[in-house]
Amino acid sequence: MDATAEQKYSFDVVRWFAIMAVVYLVVGALVGVYIASELAWPVLNFDSPYLSFGRLRPLHTNAVIFAFGGCTLMATAFYSVQRTCGVRLWSDKMAWFTFWGWNLVVIGAVITLPLGLTQSKEYAELEWPLDILIAVVWVSYMFNFVMTIANRKSSHIYVSNWFFLGMMIMITYLHVVNSLAIPVSLFKSYSIFAGVQDAMIQWWWGHNAVGFYLTAGFLGIMYYFVPKQANRPVYSYRLSVIHFWALMFGYVWLGAHHLQYTALPDWTGSLGAAVSLAMIIPSWGGAVNGMMTLSGAWDKLRTDYVLRFLIMSLAFYAMSTFEGPVMSIKTVNALSHYTDWTIGHVHSGALGWVAMVGIGALYHLITRCFHVEMYSLKLVNLHFWAATIGAVIYVVAMWVSGIMQGLMWRAYDEYGTLAYTFAESVEAMHPYYAMRAVGGGIFLFGAVVMLYNVIMTVRKSVSEGNLEQARTTVLAPA
Amino acid sequence: MATNNQATGLQERMEKNIWGLVIMTAIVLSIGGIVEIVPLFTMKSTFEHNKFPEIVWDGAGKRPLSEWKTGDGIRPYKPLELAGRDVYIREGCYLCHSQMIRPFRDEKERYGHYSLASESMFDHPFQWGSKRTGPDLARVGGKYSDIWHRKHLRAPRSVVPESVMPNYPWLEENLVDADQIQANMEGLRAIGVPYSDADISDAPRQVEGKTEMDAMVAYLQVLGTMAKLDDSKAYRE
Repeated sequence: MDATAEQKYSFDVVRWFAIMAVVYLVVGALVGVYIASELAWPVLNFDSPYLSFGRLRPLHTNAVIFAFGGCTLMATAFYSVQRTCGVRLWSDKMAWFTFWGWNLVVIGAVITLPLGLTQSKEYAELEWPLDILIAVVWVSYMFNFVMTIANRKSSHIYVSNWFFLGMMIMITYLHVVNSLAIPVSLFKSYSIFAGVQDAMIQWWWGHNAVGFYLTAGFLGIMYYFVPKQANRPVYSYRLSVIHFWALMFGYVWLGAHHLQYTALPDWTGSLGAAVSLAMIIPSWGGAVNGMMTLSGAWDKLRTDYVLRFLIMSLAFYAMSTFEGPVMSIKTVNALSHYTDWTIGHVHSGALGWVAMVGIGALYHLITRCFHVEMYSLKLVNLHFWAATIGAVIYVVAMWVSGIMQGLMWRAYDEYGTLAYTFAESVEAMHPYYAMRAVGGGIFLFGAVVMLYNVIMTVRKSVSEGNLEQARTTVLAPA
Repeated sequence: MATNNQATGLQERMEKNIWGLVIMTAIVLSIGGIVEIVPLFTMKSTFEHNKFPEIVWDGAGKRPLSEWKTGDGIRPYKPLELAGRDVYIREGCYLCHSQMIRPFRDEKERYGHYSLASESMFDHPFQWGSKRTGPDLARVGGKYSDIWHRKHLRAPRSVVPESVMPNYPWLEENLVDADQIQANMEGLRAIGVPYSDADISDAPRQVEGKTEMDAMVAYLQVLGTMAKLDDSKAYRE
């Protein structure tokens, strides 16, 4: 129990963000498993508009990215910025505004997306009133964060805060520009950009939602929580400086690699691909930096299940940041684009990297903020294996189906005509779609185990009075 | 660890000054986007019709859409097509169907001529898609009959047994909102789609009593048919 920290910092809002992140992980994964099953067994669409794949898929992506990812980023950023700066959040009230505002956005998404109210830009589907709310809430998050750093007691700004900051600035740019639209009714608008320009701006957003929201932000988590959980300093300060600036400069260019061989001018796609290849270096630098933080303490992996999540996430990070640049090479992209390979790549990043590092950080943070050990370490370990095995099954299924699709579409028979109809390629996907649903289901099972474990941990903290004690213990004057 | 823990110069200063860090990061983050996006608005080579003006209808914005004939060139969507496009967006069709044919032999044989940037110049937002769970639709117009499309949208597996597409029975039950279509067209005109006053004033009459199924079929049937493309011309490098 750390009564000093409890009374010095504002942990209330952190606790709520952390709990909501766990709830949204279950919700997001559940919708994901459902829509994956719809592709394997279309009868699950039940002829209902509100359950049809096209409307639920944005709900899945928004739930995992904005609901789970967002609450995780807000919990961890608000927690670590206080600890690394040695001061309380600049404004508790503004932090609560961020909390309620963000959850309002999530509720808005849950209502509007199944109703088919969408701007049709991937990962930016929400209609204009919700877009405005997102912008306001996001800026409140950034402002509170920056002002807390401005108030800090430490002389230097710790590296995790650079990454969080980079994410906050870039997401503000991206969200505002990509969401520019002309409203024609309360829940309908048209993007002010058209065609090729709209496509480039969308994928500038699309890839940087991945590059900043899901990478830079989660690297902020990595740079704080890996050293904390391992109880060792970050391996190399220099490497983190290089990692940071190269990522900030380089990631922004990658969006164009989503549009190779399209009507986007060739120079743009090629430029995006060239920078994508170069990004292997800082990405691997970062992964090495995280992993080597454990050097001399690898034995901890045997006993520390939370650390397992963090290190496994870095393995997936290294794998995905190798795979991504490979997929941006033109000849590979010609095969992989439009196929399930892309979906597999996204999920090796999302399930393996984002979710695992987020989950590891949440376990760490929940024990610190509720002043209690986890209810069951065995269940943490069970969750670890479910998440790992689920992710691997998912990713492998999509690799096979994606490459197979790409090859079937371009296959010719001995007479020089296309060997397969499109429908035959769809039929060939069925076993892999079923396999993906199973992999996703195992991952979802792990998330449910986590939710149970977290609820029991909170109950333990309440029934044993740890939280109350931390709040009320009279501290010796400093 | 101590050996490489000392920052110097600019890095040191930014680590001690949050406002310096904010400004520097904001500048570094803006470069890539500016270099890749701004030229698309300024370089003429982005759009093929700057070199081949015949692919865009010369009457766009000057004469009513009713005067356009198949093959006259790229034009804004007619009211019923636009209503269909709005349904296409609402149902998330773009999540499984691309509208962007790449310049490969197999795609040419399967879908037709590669897509041009000019072909989506009036598409707010673009519908290129990123995934082909189903086939590309950029040139689906005219490939199947209206009756086939109706059957297929109502129950895809009745015509394509391998399909995993959802059934869309509600499209036949819902009427297009004739009150909304003018606001939609005026919104699009405000951001540069050349609709004439006559196009907009006549729009409610054109969608009155039509179902969303009618609208969807009208939209699908016009896709890729507006401009006549010539195989002997190199529209793109």
